[in-house]
Amino acid sequence: MNTEENQLIASTTVAADYLRETEIAEIEHERTLYPDARAVGLEALKIVQKHRGWVSDESLRAVAEYLRLPIAELEGVATFFNLIYRRPVGRNVILYCNSVSCWIMGCEQVKDKIAGELGIDFGETTTDGNFTLIPVPCLGDCDRAPVMMVGPDQHRNLDRADLGAIFAQYRKGKE
Amino acid sequence: MVSNPLTRNIDLSRPPFDLAAYEAVDGYRGLREIARGLEPSDVLDKVKDSGLKGRGGAGFPTGLKWSFVPMGDDAPKQKYFVVNADEMEPGTFKDRLLMEGDPHLLIDGMIIASYAIQANTAYIFLRGEYTESERILRKALAEARERGYLGNNILDTGFDLEIILHTSAGRYICGEETALLNALEGKRANPRAKPPFPQVSGLWGKPTIVNNVETVCNLPGIMAWGIDWYRGLTKGNDHGTKLFGVSGKVRSPGCWELPLGTPIRELMEVYAGGMRDGLELKGFLPGGGSTDFMLPEHLDLNLDYDDIAGAGSRLATGTMIVLDSQTCPVGMIGNLMTFFSHESCGYCTPCRDGLPWVNEIFRAFEAGKGSHRDLAILEEHVDYLGPGKTFCALAPGATAPLGSGLRYFREDFERHISEQRCPYKQ
Ligand SMILES: Cc1cc2nc3c(=O)[nH]c(=O)nc-3n(C[C@H](O)[C@H](O)[C@H](O)COP(=O)(O)O)c2cc1C
Ligand code: SF4
Ligand code: FES
Repeated sequence: MNTEENQLIASTTVAADYLRETEIAEIEHERTLYPDARAVGLEALKIVQKHRGWVSDESLRAVAEYLRLPIAELEGVATFFNLIYRRPVGRNVILYCNSVSCWIMGCEQVKDKIAGELGIDFGETTTDGNFTLIPVPCLGDCDRAPVMMVGPDQHRNLDRADLGAIFAQYRKGKE
Repeated sequence: MVSNPLTRNIDLSRPPFDLAAYEAVDGYRGLREIARGLEPSDVLDKVKDSGLKGRGGAGFPTGLKWSFVPMGDDAPKQKYFVVNADEMEPGTFKDRLLMEGDPHLLIDGMIIASYAIQANTAYIFLRGEYTESERILRKALAEARERGYLGNNILDTGFDLEIILHTSAGRYICGEETALLNALEGKRANPRAKPPFPQVSGLWGKPTIVNNVETVCNLPGIMAWGIDWYRGLTKGNDHGTKLFGVSGKVRSPGCWELPLGTPIRELMEVYAGGMRDGLELKGFLPGGGSTDFMLPEHLDLNLDYDDIAGAGSRLATGTMIVLDSQTCPVGMIGNLMTFFSHESCGYCTPCRDGLPWVNEIFRAFEAGKGSHRDLAILEEHVDYLGPGKTFCALAPGATAPLGSGLRYFREDFERHISEQRCPYKQ
């Protein structure tokens, strides 16, 4: 990465080959919402992640080239934020709240059950590629703790929930 | 008269009001006043006179904050209004309710605020995990645009406004207003040095106001029903209503809109239904994870900025986290320290190095290896990480539950040391 520090790449053709048409269209839309390329950079990473699940080195380089941003800078941004995944994740990311209200309401015990059910710990992905389990701060539903998200969906009162049934929905290929 | 201006349209068992339904109940009245010739300075005066204080944590008077924005012909043409919808403070669940329950209330408020400071672009900085809020807000924004309440020359006023919904890529520090501006600019979200204050030099160097979701949701009522009505809502010294939440082992946890100045006891016992059977109240954090513990003896104080400050804590977000007699206070504080140490942005040394050390010590206590030396180190950190010693308020926020916890629950720390285990674990 050091050799590429502060390198500005003039050509966007490589990037244009790598990025898909829909991704480019969405990135171009973001350009209309922010006054400079740097702000679009973070949005572009989110777009690529939405389509590909995570942000690989190739994706990062393509975005940097396309927007003519220094790669090192974009990398610094990418690694700063929690919701940019720089490693492959499962089809469904489980964001599991481990903050204080959920902790009081027994999120550690529920987490053990989930870990048992799926056979993974925090930071791991199931062998079938269906789920990745990630801890996340307070999900803003503390009166219905414990709480987690699976993909875009919030699941509440997990101490009373049928965890097996929840995960089954996603295994069957729901979103 | 309306007594619950923030939540009057909220009923989570049905979809939120669309634009027409919202408008039918006095919605967008501020905008209509503006179309009738209300000046930006008139709006500012109203907000100043209302006595509204920011609901994002610090409780800074909203009108005063706006008054620092340069106005008039010499002022920069480009200015920004930003809504802080990054809600990530542990134990806080109020902004989500507002956005998902009544999205037009927020948009209504944003138009009023943007007009007052003459900002033509406004951003909603929304927590990335709030996917439902995003869906609901996008729909409401499209309705407002279609109706001509956003866009160019709104209702023939000559005022232009675009609202852009930005979803955050995650991290608690993004909620700190200057770090938020860096995140919006696509940079690492480290806080900025102040001065210059964002009101003068904020987003892309332009004058910028950042306000919390709930703060902004107070504006439509003030514009529609006036100052006297607004100032009549309270039961205490501060004006208006506020969302108050209770989580933890109470009978009915939840979030309610109550007049400021409501007794804490009423919130805990009437609304939240008191403690669950067999449990007693041991303490509570009154306004999220960055506030000092309060004790049962404080229950008869009122939910008012000064009253809570008098007990050494802060009203902050108004969402209480209840510690019961069977939950370990050391474990609870340890959970918060893990959060704060993970979320440190790493910019300044006391916070970057101090919080992980504090967190390690809590892990030792949990494992039955706590010592008196550790306890002394924790005490020292309350000072090292306190207000004024770090670059932003994240680390001082961590010292609030830590310092007060060490003071109030000393015996529990001592028992962890003398028994070399957590006495709350069977
Ligand atoms: C670490 C940290 C996190 C914060 N997170 C939030 C947040 O999520 N939402 C919020 O409105 N304010 C948050 N704040 C407070 C903001 O910096 C700022 O004071 C607030 O958005 C101002 O809005 P108000 O004047 O309407 O209260 C945070 C502050 C700190 C130090
Ligand atoms: S106090 Fe912590 S979060 Fe704030 S600037 Fe310093 S390191 Fe970053
Ligand atoms: S602490 Fe888990 S949702 Fe708030």
